[in-house]
Amino acid sequence: MSETHFNLDTIEHAAATPDTELPWAELGLNETEFERIKEILGRRPTAAELAMYSVMWSEHCSYKSSKVHLRQFGEKVTDEMRRNLMVGIGENAGVTDIGDGWAVTFKIESHNHPSYVEPYQGAATGVGGIVRDIISMGARPVAVMDPLRFGAIDHPDTQRVVHGIVAGVGGYGNSLGLPNIGGEVEFDPCYQGNPLVNALAVGVMRHEDIRLATASGTGNRVVLFGARTGGDGIGGASVLASESFDDSKPSKRPAVQVGDPFAEKVLIECCLELFKSSLVEGIQDLGAAGISCATSELASNGDGGMRVNLDDVLLRDPSLTPGEILMSESQERMMAVVTPEKAAAFEAVMAKWDVEYSWIGEVTDTGRLVIDHHGEVIVDVDPRTVAHDGPVYERPYARPESQDALQEAHFTGSPEDAARPSGAELGPALLELMGSPNLCSKEWVTSQYDRYVQGNTAMAMPDDAGVVRVDERSNLGVALSTDSNGRYTRLDPYRGAQLALAQAYRNVATAGARPVAVSDCLNFGSPEDPDVMWQFAEAVRGLADGCQAIGVPVTGGNVSLYNQTGGVAINPTPVVAMMGVFDDVTRRTPSGWREDGQAVYLLGETAAELDGSEWARLRGHLGGTPPRVDLDRERVLADMLVNMSRDGMIDAAHDVAEGGLGATLAEMALRFGVGARIGLGEVAERDGVDLFTLLFSETQGRAVASVPRSEEVRFRDMCTVRNYPFARIGVVDAESGSLDFQGEFAVGLDELRDAHESTLPRHFG
Amino acid sequence: MAQHLTAEQTPLVADLSQPAPDSRLADVRVGVVTFPGTLDDRDAARAVEIAGGTAVPLWYADTDLQGVDAVILPGGFSYGDYLRAGAIARFAPLMDRIVDAASADGGMPVLGICNGFQVLTEAHLLPGSMIKNERLKFLCRDQGLRVENADTAWTGRFAQGQEIVVPLKNQDGQYVADRRALDELEAEHRVVFRYAGGNPNGSRNDIAGITNARGNVVGLMPHPEHAVEPGFGADLSGSGAVGMREGTDGLDVFVSVLEHLTR
Repeated sequence: MSETHFNLDTIEHAAATPDTELPWAELGLNETEFERIKEILGRRPTAAELAMYSVMWSEHCSYKSSKVHLRQFGEKVTDEMRRNLMVGIGENAGVTDIGDGWAVTFKIESHNHPSYVEPYQGAATGVGGIVRDIISMGARPVAVMDPLRFGAIDHPDTQRVVHGIVAGVGGYGNSLGLPNIGGEVEFDPCYQGNPLVNALAVGVMRHEDIRLATASGTGNRVVLFGARTGGDGIGGASVLASESFDDSKPSKRPAVQVGDPFAEKVLIECCLELFKSSLVEGIQDLGAAGISCATSELASNGDGGMRVNLDDVLLRDPSLTPGEILMSESQERMMAVVTPEKAAAFEAVMAKWDVEYSWIGEVTDTGRLVIDHHGEVIVDVDPRTVAHDGPVYERPYARPESQDALQEAHFTGSPEDAARPSGAELGPALLELMGSPNLCSKEWVTSQYDRYVQGNTAMAMPDDAGVVRVDERSNLGVALSTDSNGRYTRLDPYRGAQLALAQAYRNVATAGARPVAVSDCLNFGSPEDPDVMWQFAEAVRGLADGCQAIGVPVTGGNVSLYNQTGGVAINPTPVVAMMGVFDDVTRRTPSGWREDGQAVYLLGETAAELDGSEWARLRGHLGGTPPRVDLDRERVLADMLVNMSRDGMIDAAHDVAEGGLGATLAEMALRFGVGARIGLGEVAERDGVDLFTLLFSETQGRAVASVPRSEEVRFRDMCTVRNYPFARIGVVDAESGSLDFQGEFAVGLDELRDAHESTLPRHFG
Repeated sequence: MAQHLTAEQTPLVADLSQPAPDSRLADVRVGVVTFPGTLDDRDAARAVEIAGGTAVPLWYADTDLQGVDAVILPGGFSYGDYLRAGAIARFAPLMDRIVDAASADGGMPVLGICNGFQVLTEAHLLPGSMIKNERLKFLCRDQGLRVENADTAWTGRFAQGQEIVVPLKNQDGQYVADRRALDELEAEHRVVFRYAGGNPNGSRNDIAGITNARGNVVGLMPHPEHAVEPGFGADLSGSGAVGMREGTDGLDVFVSVLEHLTR
């Protein structure tokens, strides 16, 4: 068949030529799926219909492998958890009521594969995409965060990926005027061929301003506005995001989108003006699967159908085929439904912001999504079958046989091989840990992001959570933290996911905010591998059970599968983003002490839990079982930290996580460059562990706080009443210039800072 | 010379619901221009309000200055900085009015911050130009500055030689000019702010901000509007260590112009 003929594949032509060969496999569909499409349509699909189904039924858009597991997030929601939830999973992003008529929407998404193929544009458009999701809810975006995971720090390709991704996140986010308030940076060889770029955006709105992606009202007009449609990102959702990398396949660079942050910034302001004047009935951003997704989702969420004329789409490249137009993932585009009466006002807003637009169709009462091209019908489908009735797979999964052996390989370490230092060796050990790629200062990265813009950032890196003010009069605001530990999750996916949840939850509470909502980004390998599918199933079950235990709902998120190169999958990496609420953000708790003479307290007890720890990583060990999680205890601890912050009982607090108590104390001292005298003898005796274990074990449910002398009685009373273990382990010493573990070893702050801050500049310039 | 207020003495200025302490200052109308791609416009307007003045939003495509007494060109990436920073914004209809007002007899005070400074050099209200930072990366940090000229419309409240800390955040912040222009700036004391504690971007003569001959037009790369409110300002202050994000050294830039206009 000739190229021209293929392009003119109308529904009539399709019905008349049932045996025409179609490139369903190249578009990422399997034979069963293709047969199902034929069954739905009662004929073979046209080329354009095939294009739509192929992207909308891709793993990335349809969640076909993950759906059966993700259901638990809905099933395990209690009334208590639903209390503040205004919009849940399924919309562009979840919305949470934070009081005083304010609502907050936030979501985290992956842009992993594009960021490996083309680091700068991949990362940049990852930020752009999540921000458009937030705008589509009717919210003004107010901050972004970006958990990043790279291969080994000294691998030559890591240079390319790190420089490109960090510059891409900054280049796009900075140009949008969104403060970057936190994230993570991890280096591990498992991400060598498959870095993880997760991007979070948060937006705020008044309750009455919430917008949804629906097309209702027969006769209402459908408009596409923003950037023109080009040939970039075709097949991004299907052949790029939903397949593993493999050397044998052609380059996927054309499947990466190219970003224009200036166009997006203008689009943000333009949309906010549309919302303010109530000019749109429904709105949807164009992300994965482009026009295919926007038209089918708007139409199927509405009450009628939609008729679209593809000739009216403004193109950057006039040679695009109808299928390509439908699949293009060109950035900075939005689709809206507008009543005819408001069309003129809509056009005036476009003119003011110099934004291009075209009226491409209207809402109908046929229940069908019909698309015309050159006067012929090339798509005639029930939009639900495209957007919502994709295939659902019960992928086989099984606990890998190697899991037992992995869990039995505990970290032992002996003093002889320097894996278990003691006495005077502990000082150099702490310096080594604080300079290691995963615990070193991330300032090289964060100084490339604007954390000030909008003037509402109350806290950002390197504190436990990013904090932004929502209401300038009352200081009502939110805190956000993201967390994941792929090593823990590799050792035990169920527990690993709960550990990510516990840490994000504890971080937000340590900052002083009441945790209220979760968004998750589940990064895993290929779902076609039963071992990986088992990791996924266990992690989702762990996360859903965990959310129920702490009473905080999952409001939305994203699943990223096929994160592997060849047969080797990444460590399963479920990233949990937790949002908390502050009545007054100026009460947030910083992660470092400042006042001379304040008492330093440790909350919680320490067990010998070095499996999966940062110390074990430093010695090249991954095995055993990760730290135990007790979410009931985490609830008590979080509640105490929030109350202590509100009532002025603590001046600083920092949770104990990766790197253990040693890392926590070092970070607290470095935060404001103030030293302390620490005595750990009594605690070690109470908990029955040696000093090495006390410093580097990663037992959960712990935090360190600095307490003004005048508040010590109240502080101790609160711990006693809640029956939470506490111990006074030292005193802030502003004169000493060192972190002095009395009777054991001391580390000068200059030396510590040098070790902590020189690592990334040494590797990346 | 007005005395420098410490953070402890000015906690109430952050409360926008409180009436301005000096009603004469509230009568001063300071325009804040929004170009497509401007980012710090609302921040600059907030700074004006916290200082006690009245902020007036101005749209780049308008041709009416709405009777404002002073103008701020805020930071951002006007037109994406895809050409040269500020190169397109300089041709905005409103810019003609601003250039006229700044050059007229009254000498309307104009402040360009970051991208706004770049627009002012493109419009030839100030000499020189900005190129990419020496290290070729976007840089965001709390930056020490020395006030070298406390006689401009925007710096009257500072003491000559006073050290302050305000956030710096840009990609194209390296100030360059030819030798003659630099010598002239120095000889005429038109360097207003100089980087202290290390030059962050390779700017010639450590220059962070300059003024025109009359002292009514000032441009600077760092962002005083991000150090105006306790709790949301810089982590440091020129007057020593402060609480977290309590640094409000930038506020006096805005108070200065209000006082200058009510003198």
